[in-house]
Amino acid sequence: MTDATQLSPAAASQAGAKAAEPRRRRKPIRLSNVVDHAVLIAGALFMILPLLMIFQMSTMPDVETIKTGPSFQIGDQLGPNFEKAMFEATGFSGENTGARMLINSFILGIGFAVGKIVVGMMAAYAIVYFRLRFATLAFWMIFTTLLLPLEVRILPSYEVVQSLGMLNTYQGLIIPLIASATATFFFRQFFRSVPEELVEAARIDGAGPVKFFIDILVPLSRTMIAAMFIIMFVFGWNQYLWPTMVTTEESMFTLVRGIKQIVQVVDSNRVPEYGRANLLAIIAIIPPVFIVIFFQSWFVKGLTESDK
Amino acid sequence: MAEVSLDQIRKVYPNGFEAVKPSSFHIADGEFVVLVGPSGCGKSTLLRMIAGLEEITEGSLKIGDREVNDVDPADRDIAMVFQNYALYPHMTVKKNIAYGLKNRGTPAAEIEKKVADATALLNLGDYIDRKPSQLSGGQRQRVAMGRAIVRDPSLFLFDEPLSNLDAKLRNQMRIEIKALQRRLDVTSVYVTHDQVEAMTMADRIIVMNAGRIEQIGTPAQVYHAPASTFVASFMGAPPMNLLDAQAKGGTVRVGEIDLAPCNGTEGPVTLGIRPEDLVPDASGPLTAHVDIIEELGAHRLLHGSFGREKLTVHVGKDEDVKTGPVTLALKPGAVSLFDIETGRRI
Repeated sequence: MTDATQLSPAAASQAGAKAAEPRRRRKPIRLSNVVDHAVLIAGALFMILPLLMIFQMSTMPDVETIKTGPSFQIGDQLGPNFEKAMFEATGFSGENTGARMLINSFILGIGFAVGKIVVGMMAAYAIVYFRLRFATLAFWMIFTTLLLPLEVRILPSYEVVQSLGMLNTYQGLIIPLIASATATFFFRQFFRSVPEELVEAARIDGAGPVKFFIDILVPLSRTMIAAMFIIMFVFGWNQYLWPTMVTTEESMFTLVRGIKQIVQVVDSNRVPEYGRANLLAIIAIIPPVFIVIFFQSWFVKGLTESDK
Repeated sequence: MAEVSLDQIRKVYPNGFEAVKPSSFHIADGEFVVLVGPSGCGKSTLLRMIAGLEEITEGSLKIGDREVNDVDPADRDIAMVFQNYALYPHMTVKKNIAYGLKNRGTPAAEIEKKVADATALLNLGDYIDRKPSQLSGGQRQRVAMGRAIVRDPSLFLFDEPLSNLDAKLRNQMRIEIKALQRRLDVTSVYVTHDQVEAMTMADRIIVMNAGRIEQIGTPAQVYHAPASTFVASFMGAPPMNLLDAQAKGGTVRVGEIDLAPCNGTEGPVTLGIRPEDLVPDASGPLTAHVDIIEELGAHRLLHGSFGREKLTVHVGKDEDVKTGPVTLALKPGAVSLFDIETGRRI
């Protein structure tokens, strides 16, 4: 926002300079502009510096990192560290390579996001479009579960998953997490903004409840789905406690918990593999960042093009 | 093509509000009927009951010779055009029009042909692959019409289809809809709050007020012989002048002035006269005081008073008028009399 307002006068003056007045006076630099920029730059540095630091450390030999800590030097260990991070296992079974954990994290992130969107949309559809007895009550009951995060119900959830024999499976990892008050709430708000006449027109056009949902509501919600997907994917990707409880087999580890595993392996006669752990942390950041960038452009496009 | 008949149709909402009082009428095959009334009079509810979007509390509704009270809207063989068009925003014009056919399992080739016919009829050929957001208001309206006619229904329902358009486009679409209905010869029910639309489009007008049918008649009947003071003041712009009068010995008097003959009524009545049935005439019986002259180009409206009553007079553009006192005559036979208590026509 601030960027845009800062830029537009400059762009305008450039255009003006080209057209009518070739020698227009430069806009004087105002103190408020300087302060604004200083704040923005400080904020940006605050966000980006830790990342750069981790990246720097991942290029250094582990011994150097221990001796000097972060520095301004870029080392030559990036290649070997990457090799180790992605393809070398730390555990006993040799199955928890970085690549394996990356795949597991993707399965968790996508399964989590898709599951939440599907369940949330269907719940919201039922609440908004069908004359259910106690629909409002049902909605508020779903809504109050926002106050009960997974951590509160983690023991009973574990108990259920365990007794269903779903430990160390993807469904055990994903299903207990997908009932979502957030998604239900957002889709409910969105569905309520869809004009009533659209439902009626569809009824006259002979579309039943399932057809209306699939042919009309789902395509109309695509911007909403994109937004939900961003939020939920990142949320699922970053899950730590639940995967730690449910997965004990190393082939099921996700990245977020795998990173910790590496740093934990401190043999008496070995230097902790900081370079490898740091690089793995960066690898763990990249997919959510790309998801956000990719879906954001899609999301904005959808918002500006469709009119509901 | 079908006849529609309503027999004592009534709508009561769960909160006890009676939106439509028992109403009966019959619509002939191919007839264009307009339901008109102020907002909240129940006209839309009535239309939605015919469409099947609203449940009928009591009474029986027949389309053709089939009672359709409990038939799903999709199976009533109707098509409806909505006020905000209700086009599917994510579908192209073609898909919007074809959607109803597709849901009915019409073969693709037939859909193709019908959509092509409909778009040609509505001059939409160039826009067939556009989304509704890329169309103007009038074009969207046409797409909504296309969606209705492509199914070849036996009954068209229109729910204030023109109220989102600007005045000029509205006049044009009014004529287009009317022409289309004539061409296709489909029975139609059209809801509007605009009495000009009602007058110009209808074969028959049904005037509603507070959930009740006030009058059913041709535009001319409704205009010239309104059944109640409500109809008199609702239909026509400016509305009919309504004056408190006394009927005595075969004449109707306002104040001390005899204005019109009457038969068989005695006592206080309401006298109604259209603004254009009052003509400036030096020998006329009635002297009004003009306060404001409204210039409308083709004609003028004089707003003034007669005794305690407000009065509006419609004069041609060639008539020489000024504010102040003006003497008026009544066109013979143009006077309507209403019961002062019930407001019904005498």
